Amino acid sequence: MVKILVLIVGLAIIGFIGWWFFGKHEVAEISADVSDKGQSIDVEVNGGYSPETVVLKKGVPATLNFTRKDKSSCLDRVVFSDFGINQALPINEKQEIKIDTTKAGEYQWACGMDMFHGKLIIK
Amino acid sequence: MSITKRFWISLIFSLPMLANMILMPFGWMLPGGNWTQLILTTVIMVISARPFWQSAWASFTKHHSNMDTLVAIGTVTAYVYSIYAMVTKQPVFFESAAFVTTFVLLGQVFEERMRNNASNAVEKLVDLQAKDAEVMRDGKLVKIPLSDVVVGDIIRVKPGQKIAVDGMITEGTSTIDESMVTGESMPVSKKTGDKVIGSTINSNGTFMFKAEKVGDDTMLSQIVELVKKAQNSHAPIQNLTDKVSDIFVPAVLIIAILTFVVWYVLLGASVASSLIFAVAVVVIACPCALGLATPTALMVGTGRSAKMGILIKNGEVLEAVNDIKSVVFDKTGTITVGKPEVTDIVGNEKAVLKVATGLEQSSEHPLASAIVKKAEENNVSVPKVSQFKAIEGKGVSALIDDKESFVGNDKLLDDVKIDAKLEQQVIKLQEEAKTVVFVGVENKIIGLIAIQDAPKETSKEAIADLKARGLKTVMLTGDNKRVADAVAKQVGIDSVIADVLPSDKADHVKALQQDGKVAFVGDGINDAPALTVADVGIAMGSGTDIAIESGGIVLVKNDLRDVDRALALSKKTFNRIKLNLFWAFIYNILGIPVAAGIFYGIGLTLSPELAGLAMAFSSLSVVTSSMLLNKAKITSKAKFA
Repeated sequence: MVKILVLIVGLAIIGFIGWWFFGKHEVAEISADVSDKGQSIDVEVNGGYSPETVVLKKGVPATLNFTRKDKSSCLDRVVFSDFGINQALPINEKQEIKIDTTKAGEYQWACGMDMFHGKLIIK
Repeated sequence: MSITKRFWISLIFSLPMLANMILMPFGWMLPGGNWTQLILTTVIMVISARPFWQSAWASFTKHHSNMDTLVAIGTVTAYVYSIYAMVTKQPVFFESAAFVTTFVLLGQVFEERMRNNASNAVEKLVDLQAKDAEVMRDGKLVKIPLSDVVVGDIIRVKPGQKIAVDGMITEGTSTIDESMVTGESMPVSKKTGDKVIGSTINSNGTFMFKAEKVGDDTMLSQIVELVKKAQNSHAPIQNLTDKVSDIFVPAVLIIAILTFVVWYVLLGASVASSLIFAVAVVVIACPCALGLATPTALMVGTGRSAKMGILIKNGEVLEAVNDIKSVVFDKTGTITVGKPEVTDIVGNEKAVLKVATGLEQSSEHPLASAIVKKAEENNVSVPKVSQFKAIEGKGVSALIDDKESFVGNDKLLDDVKIDAKLEQQVIKLQEEAKTVVFVGVENKIIGLIAIQDAPKETSKEAIADLKARGLKTVMLTGDNKRVADAVAKQVGIDSVIADVLPSDKADHVKALQQDGKVAFVGDGINDAPALTVADVGIAMGSGTDIAIESGGIVLVKNDLRDVDRALALSKKTFNRIKLNLFWAFIYNILGIPVAAGIFYGIGLTLSPELAGLAMAFSSLSVVTSSMLLNKAKITSKAKFA
């Protein structure tokens, strides 16, 4: 009896994992605030990036402010491979990353181990 | 708290439990038994392992998972179960939670250090810059910080000093050690009018130079920018790991649950041993090794090649190099020195030179500058020229003293005839690898100018190296067939495609691509399309900006032997990436089944502690293997042949 219960619970957890990680979930998408000086956006690094998708205006100088709150060494660097940026993120410190917005397009950013991803849309 | 501190705390509190484990067979027991173990492990869990849970939870809420998810679930499961076991008076395994935390942190401490080392190469390059410069201001030499130097400043450099920025010598001579930028170990002697590169070291003379490029425009800054981009670029092979890493952790969790269910429900094992198998599965799986395999190797490989004066622009190029079947060279400036000199003049020397200089005066063609230089040496005056016309791929024509005059290559002979005696001379000169220029007035050839552009000293060795690698070598040139053949013979190139119009170079590269991937080596504006079309474009550093922009690899030293070195290094790096990925995959593919207890029947099992140790060392070994690229030997195959 106990064994059947364990089996059912086990399968239920597997089902939950599948739904939670592989199911479709909404991703936070945020456009940067545009001011006279340029556009900027704050990105919090905690078990991933929030927001995960950042929309920037083409041609306006942009700054992304990354603040890492997560102690995991997985997230201690942020890499924008298309821009040649590989920035260390000391914990709880705001790091400014300047983005060249002259070319429109979709760009990926990732953590140093390429496990967490974020998306940058310039349009 | 830093990872290092967390590691030390974890280690110190684990040691008593380690002693307990080792000395148990000899009859020694930890005073306080399970209670001591509970306290020690609780300290580790709260101080050292807490960040794992925090990170795991934060990712979980975002529908993500990472390595910390696995470590957190593994250790918490072992810890919580042990408390339950203690209450119900069953065997506990607190030490598993403690040891796994310690080992994982140990791995991270090393890995962090190694990763920082791997990315240091670029910072070292930036440190090469001079801090200040002696600049002429208001007629006096003053010392100012590097950032205040502007274009046009006259700067004095004394022996042993670093040159601040890029510029041109205005006064004095010296020899300069340029190894830090070009990788060339021999010092280069420089005189007035020669270019100097910022951050290189002046050895014996004192000289003044005019700043031409400062700040981000200097060669060093450009190189740093290029290397940074390359080091962080994506290699196509990574797409595979990207896909795997997305599903890796949830998949491992599912496997762990299945492991528990199968052992407990189907095989009738106890809760404790079923749980140990499940925990081992969670702990041994290491997505980090997969994630680190490509970027670390790319970083070390491109960093090392930059030190040798070979700039590989991105991971894509690196991967493309592997399937290269043939290497195509441009002739002028690539195989040859690119500074042609007039060797023979047939006909009335003065008259021939006069017409030729008149027509070539404003041309930027290398052959034209050879003629103009010769005329200057012989004090030939430049005549008045009007109605200047270019005949594409053939030459130029214009009116000189009201007579239609022309200069050009042998394609002009479609329009003008020459006598047999002259033709003999043409063939003789061409077979000596000399380019023949025809000079004519009013549909009659009045003379010939023979120009030679000698092959670089190193070209022959470079070609031999490439052939030893089993590559086909091809020369692509706009020059005459006989001249091209003669040069090809001198340096040992397999085949020659001559008489190519500048606009057709890219088409010829495309045609060669039918038989396999092609690398193209060139330097001029006219090479840019071919550099782009080729699978791997290799631009000479002395080349035009547009060529450097179009190429995937830039050879700063202009040494053709670097083509072979670039190919060797790219291959080494790519092979290292493949090796890393292979081990990372094999490790997970073998490790997980062993941890799940599939080989229990033959006595092969893995405790969670050992799984933690193996996990720590898998990512460490990947980073180490990448670092070893710095030590890998780069030798040409010809040396052994």
